[in-house]
Amino acid sequence: MKRSAYAYPYLLWMALFIVVPLAIVLFYALTDTVDGRLIFTLENFSAAFDPAYVKVFLRSLWMAALATVICLAIGYPLALVLSSRHFKAGKLLLMLVVIPMWMNFLLRTYAWINLLSDNGIIMKALQFFGVENLSLLYNQTAVIVGLVYNFLPFMVLPIYTSLIKIEPNLYEAAGDLGANSFMSFLKVTLPLSVPGIVSGITMTFMPAITSFAVSRLMGGGLVTMYGELIENQFYFMRDWHFGATLSIVMMVLVLISAVLTRNNKNKEGGMLW
Amino acid sequence: MVKQALRWALVIAVLLFLYAPILTLVVFSFNSGKYMGNWTGFSLRWYVELFNDAVIMRSLWITLSVALIAAVVSTILGTLAAAGIHAMKNRHANLVENITYIPMLSPDIVTGISLMLLFVFAGIKLGYGTMLLAHVTFNLPYVIFSVLPKLRALPQHQYEAAIDLGATPGFALRKVVLPQIMPGILTGLIFAFTLSIDDFVISYFTSQDVSNLSMTIYSMARRGLSPKLNALSSIMFLTVLTLLIVINVRSARQGKKETV
Amino acid sequence: MKLWTRILSVSLALLFCFALTACGGGDSSGKTTLRVYNWGDYIDPDVLSEFEEQNPDIRVVYDTFDSNEGMLAKLDGGARYDVLFPSEYMVEKMIQEDWLMELDLSKIPNVEYIDQRFLNLAFDPENKYSVPYTWGTLGILYNTTMVTEPVDSWGILFSEEYAGKIIMYDSVRDSMAVALKYLGYSVNEHDEARLKEAGDLLAKQKQNGLVKAYMTDTVKEAMIGGNAALAVVYSGDAVLCMDETDGNADLAYAVPKEGSNLFFDNIVISKDCESLDAAYRFINYLCDPAVAARNIAYIGYSTPSSAAAQIMGEAYLNDPVFMPDEETLARCEVFLDLGSLTGVYNRIWESVKLQ
Repeated sequence: MKRSAYAYPYLLWMALFIVVPLAIVLFYALTDTVDGRLIFTLENFSAAFDPAYVKVFLRSLWMAALATVICLAIGYPLALVLSSRHFKAGKLLLMLVVIPMWMNFLLRTYAWINLLSDNGIIMKALQFFGVENLSLLYNQTAVIVGLVYNFLPFMVLPIYTSLIKIEPNLYEAAGDLGANSFMSFLKVTLPLSVPGIVSGITMTFMPAITSFAVSRLMGGGLVTMYGELIENQFYFMRDWHFGATLSIVMMVLVLISAVLTRNNKNKEGGMLW
Repeated sequence: MVKQALRWALVIAVLLFLYAPILTLVVFSFNSGKYMGNWTGFSLRWYVELFNDAVIMRSLWITLSVALIAAVVSTILGTLAAAGIHAMKNRHANLVENITYIPMLSPDIVTGISLMLLFVFAGIKLGYGTMLLAHVTFNLPYVIFSVLPKLRALPQHQYEAAIDLGATPGFALRKVVLPQIMPGILTGLIFAFTLSIDDFVISYFTSQDVSNLSMTIYSMARRGLSPKLNALSSIMFLTVLTLLIVINVRSARQGKKETV
Repeated sequence: MKLWTRILSVSLALLFCFALTACGGGDSSGKTTLRVYNWGDYIDPDVLSEFEEQNPDIRVVYDTFDSNEGMLAKLDGGARYDVLFPSEYMVEKMIQEDWLMELDLSKIPNVEYIDQRFLNLAFDPENKYSVPYTWGTLGILYNTTMVTEPVDSWGILFSEEYAGKIIMYDSVRDSMAVALKYLGYSVNEHDEARLKEAGDLLAKQKQNGLVKAYMTDTVKEAMIGGNAALAVVYSGDAVLCMDETDGNADLAYAVPKEGSNLFFDNIVISKDCESLDAAYRFINYLCDPAVAARNIAYIGYSTPSSAAAQIMGEAYLNDPVFMPDEETLARCEVFLDLGSLTGVYNRIWESVKLQ
């Protein structure tokens, strides 16, 4: 038996539950209902590139990227600490990073709104220190905080996983060869954790672009993200055709960029950048 | 010393950030009033009401059972898939990976509605089963992308070496590969469970006659979220925390015994 | 490999067993199944269980939705229910799209208790398809510690004085209604120039930083916490916010003098109803004055049943939030389906939001 055969059950699943639904979405994107009749058209696609929508797309891309970078900046050192041999409680603490996500999203977000609101504890504390005229909610920053909060575990876990089983001998060898701890981090730890970083970025960035509830609740409806725009097409505009188009456009653009970065990576011999 | 202190400082800062809202939930579960941000006095009223609320209890059961089954199924299926993809030619692997990105990338509402259309078209009655199928589907990419990096980080030819030394493929996989990718598998399992327990939109569209906790909670928002839900979260949180600590203490003890 | 295949096949078998039992189960008891689709937490659970006790041949399968649009999207996708609870403009849309069954009102004798004022409304002129369940007004909820002047006009929402302290309602129809009414037009305005005028007003309101946030459900927590001065809310939300024990005593509610939107949530039967008799019995039960009164006490909205209102007592009847006077009601309009103008409204609103 070929080893690639292990993927056969998944390939079947993928064909049924990813490819077929994708075909359905594509069908909606390529059609429109005019006077109750279905017609094939590319008009949805030209409408999707309306400057107003492109602006929302770019903004979402930027916000998702920023949230991803912040997650990485917090998540990588955290994963490093938790996976270090000097840190006995690492496993327990790692689980503690995940558990908050088991509490319902809406409840979590309501709690955040309560904390960050004008009369919330955090504002009261800031006012005590003389900080006035600041709003922690209903702006882009609040949305970014919300995104970082919800996706941080998705960054920490894959990186932790890639760090946990690095051979201690490698560090000793690096030390024997005269590397200081910074050099051994740069030459041993970092390259070996690249697969974890890549998977963490994927799992944070991709869903962050399409998240809609965070922006709606923490952004107070003032910061529209692409996911919300798509959702509105389905719910309020009741235009499934255009909603499908917007989501296809987004998927294609993001997948192209994913493929491009992967090709670069292959050329440069497994490095991320 | 300083280094260790810095490490703890980072860990504590992140945990504070992560637990700020959870602590708020716990505190307000003891509020006698209904609304967060308006403390009207200590009370156990919501805990009593929680246990008398059949709707919430039923949705809790559905949420947990769906999340568990979906997590286990997607972990097995996804791990096998990752092993298969790892062995594929580059071109094929790239194609499969790109398709695997799609559920991660597509907005929940698009996944939810397209799966609903598929189920209805195929004549499958919407219900618990269809919800489960949908959950496995959106969990799979997270499992695959947790396991795949681990496989790619394995020393090349280790598996072949085991075969050359006379191991059967199954044996080599179980004894050589599996232990090394275990952290990736566990990560995938945890992600799958986490995503499943929190999903609203996809569950809403792919089920009928059953509701998970998220569906119940979202539909309650119009009339104001009841602090019963805070009480539920507090209980869930304490249960998980206790379990974790017990497991941790036991394995620490075992570890000590082994070293002695 | 063997172990893995075994685990895999067992789990897959388990999965499909679950799928099958979930699909096939339920009807073995010989009971009629009644599939009800309502807003979440929008019925007294005791009322529901009592109905099942009194009607042992009926099993109620109860699903909930969180918005009219969410409900319709699920029907669009192929989900089917017997009894549903859409709002008025959704009833009209559903009539036009042929989703609903014409009612035989003789099978719902308790309709006689419903106040004539709430029957034969424009969205369903002869109540051929719907029976009102709850009703209320759209108005301004304000914090009396922050707003000392009298609140009697939508104009206060466009006044610089409260910049950054105003919460608008995050939906097309409601926000447009506020602007249209302020300008002296109808909430169902058809004149595109007037619609544009209303859109510009909302855009300016947002641009000038008057709007703190657009909200729907979260508005209650925000207002109770004293985080905003003024908010556009439905009377049902206002009641919850002003509740003596759970709410904030500084809050007050007003329906502006320019008039407002009058909303109804209604009970309808779907065209695909598979248990018509059970559906009628359920609706009639909900219209029973004693049951309606209990139910309304739980929900906290206004009841269209005059007999139920009497049971609720003086305090309820004299509360202007629950029971606005005739004059206020006369100034209010009911949302009608906009037909082909829906797109125009939506585009105007989208451009306000995407600014």
